Amino acid sequence: MAENYWHSVILEKDFCKGCTTCLKHCPTQAIRIQNGKAKILKEHCIDCGECIRVCPYHAKKAVTDGFNILDNYKYKVALVPPSFCAQFSRTENIDLMLTALKYIGFDDVFEVARGAQRVSEETRKFVKEDEMPKPMISSACPAVVRLIAIRFPNLISNIVPFRSPMEISAVQARRDAVKKTGLRPEEIGIIFLSPCAAKATQIRNEVDSIEKCVDGVLSLKDTYLKMAQTINKINDSDIERLSISGSEGIMWALPGGEASASDTVRHISVDGIDNVIRIFEDIEDGKLDDIEYVEALSCIGGCVGGPLAAENCFVAESRLKRVCEGVKNTGAGIDNDVDVFWDKKIDYKPVMNLDDDVLVAMQKLMKIEEIYEDLPKIDCGSCGSPSCRALAEDIVRGYANETDCIFKLRERISDLVDKMTDLDKNHKMNSEE
Amino acid sequence: MIELHFDVDGNDFTLAGECSSKVKKMLTQIGIAPAVIRKTAIAMYEGEINMVIHANGGKIDVMVEPEKITVILKDTGPGIKDIKKAMEEGFSTATNQVRELGFGAGMGLPNMEKYSDEMEIDTVLGEGTTVKMVFYCN
Repeated sequence: MAENYWHSVILEKDFCKGCTTCLKHCPTQAIRIQNGKAKILKEHCIDCGECIRVCPYHAKKAVTDGFNILDNYKYKVALVPPSFCAQFSRTENIDLMLTALKYIGFDDVFEVARGAQRVSEETRKFVKEDEMPKPMISSACPAVVRLIAIRFPNLISNIVPFRSPMEISAVQARRDAVKKTGLRPEEIGIIFLSPCAAKATQIRNEVDSIEKCVDGVLSLKDTYLKMAQTINKINDSDIERLSISGSEGIMWALPGGEASASDTVRHISVDGIDNVIRIFEDIEDGKLDDIEYVEALSCIGGCVGGPLAAENCFVAESRLKRVCEGVKNTGAGIDNDVDVFWDKKIDYKPVMNLDDDVLVAMQKLMKIEEIYEDLPKIDCGSCGSPSCRALAEDIVRGYANETDCIFKLRERISDLVDKMTDLDKNHKMNSEE
Repeated sequence: MIELHFDVDGNDFTLAGECSSKVKKMLTQIGIAPAVIRKTAIAMYEGEINMVIHANGGKIDVMVEPEKITVILKDTGPGIKDIKKAMEEGFSTATNQVRELGFGAGMGLPNMEKYSDEMEIDTVLGEGTTVKMVFYCN
């Protein structure tokens, strides 16, 4: 049954040239080129945003809300992830960056690093309770959670059942704002400044969850642009003391930050979605049973490497480390009665299935093998499928034809030419007789 | 029935696991239950590793039917001297060199037995070993 799942990542058709760059880079093979334009296969897409990063024509985009979403609320709180501060060259002054948000339309700010610190505290308790299959896998990166749902059903039970730092921070932020302003909860807008498309997707798809957390999303890039115009106009005396989070939470924006705060000896910190897939394959095969905790981040460089970040991830990493030098390990957290455990259940979405009937699926698989054997196996992508194997699958699924392969087409044309030459020869011979 | 055949290269550790990966992908496409796929993949991977470290490679045949998956691992290695001993957890005849690489923990055969629904070992000293494992889909 088709699932009603919204995706942040979209194609802007007019910009797409039908080149095969995104096709070749998509980690879940969710892209095809059809009629000269890229097409995203929704069920396969995990909104990791790799295509946004690699598209030379900027035809891939993440849909976020735009600043006019602020008009819907009486009191607007910017939910600021730790990756935010690493975007600016004047990083050392976090308070300046946070104050600047108040000049571009927000009434208050809330640092997600506080939620991260709380999740770390809970994780430390949780790993000791030892009830879950090992290794435990962090639930913080939504692209990774979606990847597990479509491709690693056996690892669903390994996911730590915690809400993300963003979600619990949003709950706390709304609570604080209600207390401060006396407004009703729905009059308060909690807006996340996102480094990635996957968070935008997660937020939009959870509108129906019991305790609505985040009301909207702005990309770090868009926010950066607006702030760049204001930041120099702020006088030193106007800078408010807004940063109250600790370095443990801030370090979540970099690979290893979360894992080292888990208090486990044998942990893995893996970043980059292709690397994550390799590690998950190994976990599934039982090769990593001795590992306690896995922090898996879709983007190379962690959250500062997000496709919607404005700054290069290596520069951002260096800055963030500098920020942490001037901050205490532990800062303000989240109230104890904000529940960290999530209420959602992750279901397996079997997108790889060839057919619901095993026998039919087996026949299709044999057909795929047969077609694949005959293809050139150079994975050029010119047919519009990411590999020869994928083309064979697409043919059997009815989405493609064998002559979409330019080598097959050439063969076919050459056959036809031979046949026509023969025909012509016969015709001439006949007429000479 | 789908029949698959793989040759396992005995000279390269890093390739071990390739066959089980391919099988895993195919079983997923057919729609075999994830838990069955996991069992098959783990047991098959252990078998592949065994072939590489003890028998310089070998051949694997996989037969997939809607109700069961049969995996036959065949090598022409030294054979198993004492099957009972080999089935004990932690027992291994692997060399120190192999252990340094993180293998040879003595969990190969025990894990294969644990994850398969049926297992038969046919071994002749100096001639080789054939292991047949069956996994039921329901």
